[in-house]
Amino acid sequence: SLRSLTAVTCTVWLAAYGLFTLCENSMILSAAIFITLLGLLGYLHFVKIDQETLLIIDSLGIQMTSSYASGKESTTFIEMGKVKDLVINEAIYMQKVIYYLCILLKDPVEPHGISQVVPVFQSAKPRLDCLIEVYRSCQEILAHQKATSASP
Amino acid sequence: MVLKAFFPTCCASADSGLLVGRWVPEQSSAVVLAVVHFPFIPIQVKELLAQVQQASRVGVAVLGTWCHRRQESEESLGHFLEGLGAIFSHEPWLQLCRERGSKFWSCKATHRQVPASLGAPGQDQVMLIFYDQRKVLLSQLHPPAALPDHQAGDATASAGGLAAVFDTVARSEVLFRSDQFDEGPVRLSHWQSEGVEASILVELAKQASGPICLLLACLLSLISAASTSRKANMLVSVFLDVALGLALLSWLHGKDRIGQLADALVPVADHVAEELQHLLQWLMGAPAGLKMNRALDQVLGRFFLYHIHLWISYIHLMSPFIERILWHLGLSACLGLTVALSILSDIIALLTFHIYCFYVYGARLYCMKICGLSSLWRLFRGKKWNVLRQRVDSCSYDLDQLFIGTLLFTILVFLLPTTALYYLVFTLLRLLVVTVQGLIHLLVDLVNSLPLYSLGLRLCRPYRLAAGVKFRVLEHEAGRPLRLLMQINPLPYSRVVHTYRLPSCGCHPKHSWGSLCRKLFFGELIYPWRQRGDKQD
Repeated sequence: SLRSLTAVTCTVWLAAYGLFTLCENSMILSAAIFITLLGLLGYLHFVKIDQETLLIIDSLGIQMTSSYASGKESTTFIEMGKVKDLVINEAIYMQKVIYYLCILLKDPVEPHGISQVVPVFQSAKPRLDCLIEVYRSCQEILAHQKATSASP
Repeated sequence: MVLKAFFPTCCASADSGLLVGRWVPEQSSAVVLAVVHFPFIPIQVKELLAQVQQASRVGVAVLGTWCHRRQESEESLGHFLEGLGAIFSHEPWLQLCRERGSKFWSCKATHRQVPASLGAPGQDQVMLIFYDQRKVLLSQLHPPAALPDHQAGDATASAGGLAAVFDTVARSEVLFRSDQFDEGPVRLSHWQSEGVEASILVELAKQASGPICLLLACLLSLISAASTSRKANMLVSVFLDVALGLALLSWLHGKDRIGQLADALVPVADHVAEELQHLLQWLMGAPAGLKMNRALDQVLGRFFLYHIHLWISYIHLMSPFIERILWHLGLSACLGLTVALSILSDIIALLTFHIYCFYVYGARLYCMKICGLSSLWRLFRGKKWNVLRQRVDSCSYDLDQLFIGTLLFTILVFLLPTTALYYLVFTLLRLLVVTVQGLIHLLVDLVNSLPLYSLGLRLCRPYRLAAGVKFRVLEHEAGRPLRLLMQINPLPYSRVVHTYRLPSCGCHPKHSWGSLCRKLFFGELIYPWRQRGDKQD
């Protein structure tokens, strides 16, 4: 957020200025500016996620994309054959209960088991009403997919 | 189920013809590999397909028709194409059609024989997935890490799906050998139909007008001749190593740096010895305000001081030969930077030999003291160590045994701080030297085991190493089939390093932190180069 960004920049520059008044070396100031710029670029490219997308294609699979502020996109695709179900999980975190949407993957060894739980929208963390809308649309598609794959 | 048609992007602008490819019934997907153009003789097409099937063991067949309407009045073409369905029978029969100037396609998939029990219509819904044939051909799919409790057989079973598409394209390479300029009986359209891609080596060899080109061509031929990526990685690492070593060599031998190094070495060794002497004088006094046992202090201090005196004389004896030795050692850098670094590590070990000796003396003395103390402590409590049964047993001692035991115990306890302090100081010095050597070994390991060829490949040709695929939905109109673009999702750098990392032959200490602390406390000697399985003395 803007507040934390401003706070970090101010602390770094104040510390650099303090060091400068001690050592009288102007390299410290330019080094502080350089470090701040690099840190900002790194934050935009690796940390700040602008948009998260979930794409479900019937009979193909589920694709999750996160696009970062610098334009980088990281994509994960899970084939429909590996997907068991899509559920909203409840978790108790400190003093509150949070809800998150997650994909359950099939276990190749055990037919009724689950091998992995993949959470979706990790950065956006939408609230329950939003999650329920997404859940309903996804379940329509998954139900249709299961119906067609059951009949050869 | 929806029928998925994988269509190569290079054939999207090709003329009308027959679709040739492979049908995967489990995923209900048709992988189109090429388009056969008019005019053709059906017998020759079937012969070609049989040849390809034999050579590549891929079930290549005619999947359907492709119609690219360039003019408005080509209705007869449509009827002609439908008639072809009778000649080449395939279940289901795919019909793809594209209008000139329109982005949207029309697709139909018809089943000839509809089972009587099923009331479903004879047509299926079709989904078009475009893929870049060249990239899919060259890429290598890396499935996500399998769970540890699965056998290897399970992994191939669960791969399926898109791995089948990659597999089909990769194995059908023989179909892509001919281009449109060849005088064959059948005219095909695929990614190489504009001209078979020339090998980069041939191009370089043709233009080998200078030694640089020749050198590059030799290097590239060596690297690409390496059949596996592992060999390629090793070759590139060795090249980089030798190149860095030669750079170091030229830097060392210019401007008489070896002479400067040799001149600086003896004073540095002298300085280190002097610092050690100061340290010992400090220990012999009242170090950090602690009061030491004067007699033991003087004995130990004088013993170590004499040792340092011997060491300084040894260094001064060696000083005229140092420059020659360093010059010859510097030559070894031409074998590689790793060799030079290893020699540096050995030189450090030799120059700090006296610290190692002091550590061993201090540790042995401390260890003996601790053993004596623990045994006499047991005597204090009336117990004894049973060597046969490896346990502590109670024992009744005589009075004079107890008396002497108690005396010795008190002597050892009061002498403990002095010995412990000497042990602590020399252990810290030894650990410092071991850390420096360990860092050099880490650097050598890094240069040896980093898979530079794979990293370079990931940087320049990211589609070669694929972690998976990603889909992009293209413009969609209601009533028309869905069109998707399949692109290759490259492997992240961390996984590249993890998968292609060369096994490093460095010896990592296999002790845990707990066992290290335990050894330090009881005064047992630490050998950082010994593995866990080696025989202990």
